[in-house]
Amino acid sequence: MYWTLFLTFFKIGAFTIGGGYAMLPLIQREVVGRGWMDDDDFMDVFAVSQSLPGAFAINISIFIGYRLKKVAGAIVCMLGSVLPSFFIILMIALFFTQIADNVWVEKAFKALRPATVALIAVPCLTTALKLKLKKSVLFIPAISALLIWQLGVSPIYIIVVSALGGVIYDLWINKK
Amino acid sequence: MVFWKLFLVFFKIGMFGFGGGYAMLSLIQQDVVEEHQWITSQEFTDIVAISQMTPGPLAVNTATYVGYTTILNEGYSQNISILGSAIATIAVSLPSLFLVLMISVSYAKFRRNRYVSAAFLGLRPATVGLIAAAALLLMNEQNFIDIKSFLIFAATFILTWKLNVHPILMIIIAAITGLIIY
Repeated sequence: MYWTLFLTFFKIGAFTIGGGYAMLPLIQREVVGRGWMDDDDFMDVFAVSQSLPGAFAINISIFIGYRLKKVAGAIVCMLGSVLPSFFIILMIALFFTQIADNVWVEKAFKALRPATVALIAVPCLTTALKLKLKKSVLFIPAISALLIWQLGVSPIYIIVVSALGGVIYDLWINKK
Repeated sequence: MVFWKLFLVFFKIGMFGFGGGYAMLSLIQQDVVEEHQWITSQEFTDIVAISQMTPGPLAVNTATYVGYTTILNEGYSQNISILGSAIATIAVSLPSLFLVLMISVSYAKFRRNRYVSAAFLGLRPATVGLIAAAALLLMNEQNFIDIKSFLIFAATFILTWKLNVHPILMIIIAAITGLIIY
């Protein structure tokens, strides 16, 4: 069973490009399809994994592992989903160190760098649209971004303060 | 000791990394590029480019690669640098393990906990700010070297957002463009 769990998550980790959420349908198919969990259970685990810090795919694999085989299962599933990233990146890093000074690689990366920045800017916009942020809360992302960008404030403070702010706001409106 | 510091930094990032991979980039960048200056902004951008093309979660890929490059930049050999990537990978994943074990005992309660959902009223919009900061911090002279950089940025942005071109295809197109125009 441990070996099956490990292989399942290793396979998903090794073949899904596009980050954690791209892995979700594959994880669901494997876990629900094999009868390890029913759909309701899976949605519960999904919701909680989303609200935890850290890489979403790692959170959900640890959670599933724990539900099935307690602590040992959690560790096995974590290793299964982390190790493909680790090996693939390591191979690229070892190889890239040799060729980083190559003229053609340098040319490609000159164009890749601004493209990469755009590929971070797009999820910023799509996340904002997906969350359907009201105009009244738009000051939160605006101020957060400015504090980090211009004043070098640690994002950790932003996270702690915004979470506390949410709690205080909730207590305040529910009191009224 | 850089190995221990590397562990602490990525453990902290795993602990506070709310809002997914792109939001976590701003945490990694703030610690690794700005605070400790282990790698340059340009190296970080290159690492993110490669991490986006590679299977697996963005945050884990970036952590693995940053761990390797940090130790290499500190003057250690390639073999020792593998240890750096292992440390960063384990450190960024360990908080997830601890947190899941902690809350799984009463995770139904956690899900319906009023304070948890209240905290997300603030966290969700802040996540957008974190991603914006990650992009803004990388808009510097190291990554934007001339007018062509801005054109590539604009073209990538529009193609990905409006025409839904897949990021990996976009990276390949950008790389080929670079070979031609530079």
